[in-house]
Amino acid sequence: MRKYWHVLKIGIENTMVYRVNFLLRAGFGLIPLLATIYLWQTVYRGQSSSIAGYSLGGMISYYLLVTIVDTLTAVNEDDWQIAADIKDGNISQFLLKPIDYLTYRLCLFLSGKIIFTVVSLVPVGIFIFCLRQYMVAPAGGWALVCFLLSTLLAALLQFFMSYTMALLAFWLLEVSTVIFMAFAFEYLAGGHVFPLNILPPALEAVLNCTPFPYLLFFPVSIYLGQVQGAALWRGLGIQAAWLLFFYLLARMVWHRGIRKYSAVGG
Amino acid sequence: MNPEPVKSISGLRRYAMIYAALWRNSVVREMGFKSNFLLWIVVELMWFTLQLCFIGVIYLHTDHIATWTKWQVVLLVGASQFIQQLFQAIFLSNCIQFSELVRTGRLDFMLLLPMNTRFLVSLRVVDLGGFVNGASALVVMGYAGHQLHLSPSAAQILGFFLLCVASILIHYSLIFLLTSVAFWTVRAQGIIWGYYSLFNVARLPDAAFQGFFKAFFTFAIPMLLVANVPAKLLLNTLQSPGSMLLLAGMGGMCFVLSELFWRFSLRRYTSASA
Repeated sequence: MRKYWHVLKIGIENTMVYRVNFLLRAGFGLIPLLATIYLWQTVYRGQSSSIAGYSLGGMISYYLLVTIVDTLTAVNEDDWQIAADIKDGNISQFLLKPIDYLTYRLCLFLSGKIIFTVVSLVPVGIFIFCLRQYMVAPAGGWALVCFLLSTLLAALLQFFMSYTMALLAFWLLEVSTVIFMAFAFEYLAGGHVFPLNILPPALEAVLNCTPFPYLLFFPVSIYLGQVQGAALWRGLGIQAAWLLFFYLLARMVWHRGIRKYSAVGG
Repeated sequence: MNPEPVKSISGLRRYAMIYAALWRNSVVREMGFKSNFLLWIVVELMWFTLQLCFIGVIYLHTDHIATWTKWQVVLLVGASQFIQQLFQAIFLSNCIQFSELVRTGRLDFMLLLPMNTRFLVSLRVVDLGGFVNGASALVVMGYAGHQLHLSPSAAQILGFFLLCVASILIHYSLIFLLTSVAFWTVRAQGIIWGYYSLFNVARLPDAAFQGFFKAFFTFAIPMLLVANVPAKLLLNTLQSPGSMLLLAGMGGMCFVLSELFWRFSLRRYTSASA
């Protein structure tokens, strides 16, 4: 275990180099968020009632929570780095050493997340503070605990999905198109763009059969108290099941990929 | 006898020939990776569809955003996509690569070439997929116009494309300004991707915003002009020609600013490699 502790520490030191980039990324990302919030405010001004059960405060809180969960869970550069490691033959050294590549990458992902979260704390914190009048409190102490648990599961799910996707580099020359396509789909089906429960119910039901809502929408809806009781436990169970599924898939794809791998120029 | 005009015409022709050669290079390069070329077009189409979905979902729950109706916003999103894609096709990848040119010292060779360095740095590579995506944006705009029963006059259409030129000039000048920061720090790429997130503001209807946000993104960074003004010209919702003049004026001003900063940076530049 100690060797992975070192990986975590090295990862933190390495990502510290990118702190200015992270700050810019987190800061600039708030501009479209602010624009979306203004847009919804204008929509609500046109009609006094709530929209699909969301008051204006609820809608703005939704986007603020999305920003928080996204900061805590999104992969930054991990998928590109994994694909590059495979393409450049860097993974050869992991095949020779007693280090498990998946655990190694997971440590780097976690260290990256720690730094990104700490750096984002300033701009995101100020932003939320300015909009605190709209921010609703969690639906209860228990909801907050489940929200945090679900966010942790979402981060791991996000990592295993991105990891599996990046392993396609064993077979494909160029994985960036695939990654961007999946990202576009995740953006919509995960609930980045709008809350999924303002969609027509049939469409929402279809999306709930995919893993994407469990990356973002599900934890946020726990916080807002939209899923409670049995539905909450069932949701957490499905989220954990998707996590297990993608963990096993990642292991399987790695084993297939290694057989294909020929260490060009390694 | 004044040889100056003759010289500048032949100069213009020389640059046109150079640009034609750069185009040929880009076509050859793209055709080397045909499937990748097609896949990138699919990626861009997916993101475009995603933006349209967002608008569609909002209009499931309301029938207007301030003064804008659904198909008016669709036309706006189309116009924004058209402008963004042409900008990407002509300029974006060049600007992204610029910090690499500084870091590797390749810029030094370009400075020695007997031509305008900014011309070469800005236009070296053409991203052909952007033209395909720009065309698909025009199709969406046409469909939205059909839904709105618009029949724009030739002057309106011509005006639209001229305003698009001014908008592309604004995007290019602002991003080139950020690119020139690479002379001071090689990690300018973060800023360039930050600029990219501003495109999300450009495609929203200006009437949804007010106060400082609107003023800032109209007069300081004119994101709320670049797509809104051309779209409103087609929609017959421009109250006065003032905003068209403002867009054109902003285009000229941004370009002059970026040129001044470029020259200032170039004077300070002492080369990266030993």
